[in-house]
Formats: sequence, structure tokens, C-alpha cells
Amino acid sequence: MTARRIAVVTAGLSNPSTTRLLADRLADAATRGLVEAGESVEVDVFELRDYAHDVTNNLLTGFAPPALASMIDAVTSADGLIVVTPIFSTSYSGLFKSFIDVIDPDALTGMPVLIGANAGTARHSLAIDYAIRPLFAYLHAEAISTGVFAASSDWGGTEDGAAQLASRIDRAGREFAAAVARRERKAAVDLWDPASFLGEGRSFGHLLGGLAGE
Amino acid sequence: MQFGLFTVSDVTEDPTTHRTPSEAERIQDVLTIAQHAEEVGLDVFALGEHHNPPFFSSSPTTTLAYIAAKTENLILSTSTTLITTNDPVKIAEDFAMLQHVAGGRVDVMLGRGNTGPVYPWFGQDIRQGIPLAIENYNLLHRLWREDFVDWQGEFRMPLQGFQSTPRPLDGTPPFVWHGSIRSPEIAEQAAYYGDGFFANNIFWPKEHYQRLIEYYRRRFEFYGHGTAAQAIVGLGGQVFMNANSQDAVRQFRPYFDNAPVYGHGPSLEEFTEMTPLTVGSPQQVIDRYAAMRDHFGDYQRQLFLVDHAGLPLKTVLEQIDILGGEVVPQLRKELAQNRPAEVPDAPTHAARVAANARGELPVAGGTLEREATATASTASTASTGSAFGPAATKGN
Repeated sequence: MTARRIAVVTAGLSNPSTTRLLADRLADAATRGLVEAGESVEVDVFELRDYAHDVTNNLLTGFAPPALASMIDAVTSADGLIVVTPIFSTSYSGLFKSFIDVIDPDALTGMPVLIGANAGTARHSLAIDYAIRPLFAYLHAEAISTGVFAASSDWGGTEDGAAQLASRIDRAGREFAAAVARRERKAAVDLWDPASFLGEGRSFGHLLGGLAGE
Repeated sequence: MQFGLFTVSDVTEDPTTHRTPSEAERIQDVLTIAQHAEEVGLDVFALGEHHNPPFFSSSPTTTLAYIAAKTENLILSTSTTLITTNDPVKIAEDFAMLQHVAGGRVDVMLGRGNTGPVYPWFGQDIRQGIPLAIENYNLLHRLWREDFVDWQGEFRMPLQGFQSTPRPLDGTPPFVWHGSIRSPEIAEQAAYYGDGFFANNIFWPKEHYQRLIEYYRRRFEFYGHGTAAQAIVGLGGQVFMNANSQDAVRQFRPYFDNAPVYGHGPSLEEFTEMTPLTVGSPQQVIDRYAAMRDHFGDYQRQLFLVDHAGLPLKTVLEQIDILGGEVVPQLRKELAQNRPAEVPDAPTHAARVAANARGELPVAGGTLEREATATASTASTASTGSAFGPAATKGN
């Protein structure tokens, strides 16, 4: 059986990045979950920082430069997607949203998505649910119910009454792995196969026939 | 092989002088540009269609009729005519009229358009873009080939015994190019009718257009119109030249950097690498465009965009001088070399009239019996097919 492919998109702007750190933890947890379910896993991690200029260029010209195009291909054809964004002004970062904006709005339909977010203080901890989750609802992605928010203090392991970051990551990873494992393997759709829009064995005359009400 | 210009008809500020030409001035400039294209020996002038500022070209056949009167050999075309929001009856009439006025020097490029609001402005729904393109062209194709048309579709009032006038010149409709930058459906449509396929080839990397054109060629062959190599392909392109390539880059950069369509985005160098935009010496342009056949196969028409982004008329005319004087003659030679005999010439009215007399114009859906052998659901389309098939072509 072919490996499940997980794409990780992380929108941290600095290097090294705490957002990336969270992304790696989530990817590890998802991998553990899938391996326990008997799947083999491949993980591709993309830092949006590396694509920031390409994303802007795409917004202005309408087409993705080659590096961004192949990254978008990898993301939209994955079996599951892990996204992690820093929280800026109570929401996802502008770069993260710009990346979403250059993807075909139908490309993430049905995709299991694990949402992570990272901010300086716990005051932003609801941003996942009021800002990021609606975005993926709009895209018809299957965002799993547990999102993982990490504030700076979480990395010190302070006991503040909520579950420890590590256990939240573990739980989210398991839920995400289960969603990916449940998902049927996608048959690759070849846009350049006439059957994909004409129907198997049909010609353009079929499209004309449909329009004539037949 | 035909070479020419295509314009998007934008009215844009010159970023080096901060002067914006008036609409009146820019319209006169484009008329001058078209006439100059003929003077330097180019074959084609094509004009876009837009219904919103900063573009002036809402009425291409009016503009092209004037140019027809001022020229003798130039082929007049569009880039593109909106098949989705224009009434196909009016397209049939306007372009047949233009054919008569221009003595046959007319073809047309159809496209879906790239301005979303144009659909509601003309009472259409953008979500129906592809179905509109399919249905409207089907009617247009019939109106030019059948003297009296009975027709009923989804998007337009039915027609009973309708005859569009004037009839196409010499009973031979204008050649049609289907322009597309992303939809395989449109490449399929071009192949189905045995029409030409034009790839804009300006904004996106060549790999994208390669897929579209390969698809079109493969399907052209599938429908029995000829081999894949015999399909009729046109390409856009974009150049800016100076004898000294450094000067070309220095001159063009402010226009590129501020162009409404890609300004403030990728650098001139990045864009040059990703797309066919070539800024440099005439020889660099010759080398880049002589290699197009390696990417897309031997093709029939090459159009260049040279007059946008606020470039002043004087500069544009100089560019056309370089194209006509140095670049195109050399490209004609290079693209003729080792061109396989089976590759057809670019379409002209005279050649199409002759082909029509021999009964050799392509027939919609090809000459294959494929539909008849298909399943019940497609069998019903066979009757639709025959209505604009061989019998219809003989109607002329």
C-alpha cells in the first residue's frame, strides 16, 4: 500500500520559528497515529516564508511561479493537511491568508485538516475557533475538532489548569491520523483526460447534447 | 506562417512622464499602429474586446472596418471576441459584414473574457461561462453555414427559420480561433469543430500552454480533422527591443514595473524567465521565438503585444519597425526551415474558399461515426450533431 502523504504548511515568519516548532510536533503526533493504524507516512513541510514573494507575485499576476506551483500541487494532492499560523491581530497571519487565496477554492474540499496556532499570550487561544476554523469550513475542508493553540508560556510547561501542550498535541495528532486513515484514497483526477469532463468514452458532442436538453 | 500584433486596448499612464493619453488619442493611436503593421509587412492585426475602463475597445468590428478601409493586405482579427456575453446572432452578422467590407481579410478569435462583471452587465451568469461558450458557438457556427436556422437552447430566445445577414462572403465563414488560458473544454471545442486554437502565451509559464496545445492537437486528431501536427495553432507573445539589449531593459523596466497586470509583482527578470516576455536585442527575440516550435510544434500564427502599459506611440511604432524590419523576416526563414510538408499554412479567406469549393472545410465533430456507436445517452446527440454536420456545410 502506498504511503499516506501529509502536507504541513507553517506560516511563521522568523527563523527559527516557534510556529514551525509546533508544526513539527503536530506532524510527529500525526505520524505516530498513522503508524499505529498500520499506515506508512510521508511528510512534506513547507514554510510559507520561503514562498512569500511567489505568493505575492501570484496575487498580482494570476499565476503561480514554478516553485509555488509545485508546492500547491503537493499540498492539494496530499491525504491530509496540517496548518500552523501565528496569530496576528486576533487572526491568521496575512501571509497565511494570501496563500489560501492563491489556492483554487475547491482544492481542499474533503481534506482532513489539523489546525495549529501560535501566539505570545493565551488571550488569543480562541482564534482557532472563531477565525481559522470558519475559513476551512468555507473551503469545505474537514477540519478536525481539536485545534492546538500554543502560547509562549506553553513551551515552559507551566501548569495552568488546562491540559499540557504535549497532551493536546498528542490528542490532535490521533484525531487527525484517524481522519486521514478513514479517508478513501483519492484517485488522481487528470484534468487533461477528456473523460474527466466529457464522461468516459464521450466526445464534445455530448456537451452539446446536454445543452440542447437531451 | 502569419505574424502580427494583438492589443488589449488599455489606456494607461506613461510612468516615465506621468501623462495619460485621452481615450480619443489612444483610439487614434491604435488605428495608426494597425496601419503601420501593414506598412512594415506584418500579416495580422487583432484587437480585444472590453466593456470597462481602462480599456477602450468595446466595438472591435467598427474599429476593424476602419482599418480594413485603410489597408490592403492586413488580416483583421480579434483577441478576443466574447462568445459568452455577446449574442451569437450579432457576432454572426457583425463579422459577416466585416468580411464583405474587408474583402475577406477577417477571422475571429473567441474567448470567455476575463472580467467577471461583464456577465451581469450583459444579463448572463458567470457560473455558466463554459456552457455559454459551448452553446453560443454552436449557434454561431450554424448561422454561418445554414441559410435558415431553427434553433432552441438554454440561454437565448429560440429561432425559427432565421437567416443571419449578410451571408458570409463567398459562402465561406470567417476562420475561428478559440482562445483559452485555462480550460481544456475550450481546447476540446476547437478540436471538435476543426477550428484553430490560440494560446495567449503571455501571462503564464510555457508548460501551462504546452499542456493545452498538446491536448488540442491530440483531440483534433481524435475528431478526424487531420494529424495532431496538422492542427491550427496560434501563439501570443510579448517583446520589447533595442539594438543594445541593456538599453531595451533600461527603457522597458519602468513600463513593466508599473503595468496594471503585473506591475509591483515579479521582477522583469523573473517574468522574462517564466514567460515568453523577451526584452533585449532583436536577435534575442528571434532566438526566443524561433524556439517556440520546439515547445509547441510547428504553428501557424504568432501575434505580439507591443503597445500596452503606457508605452508612447512613437516607441510602439519603433518597436513595429524593428519587428517588421529585422525580427519577422528572420523568424519567417527560421520557422520555414525543416517545416514538415504536412503542416498546413495559416488560414486565409482565399484558401478557405478554395477548400470549401472542394468540400474540404472541417465538419463539426469530424467525419467519424463515433457518436452512432456510442451508448443510448450519446446516441441522442447524434441527431444534434447531424443538424450542423455535413448537410449543414453543403447549405452554402
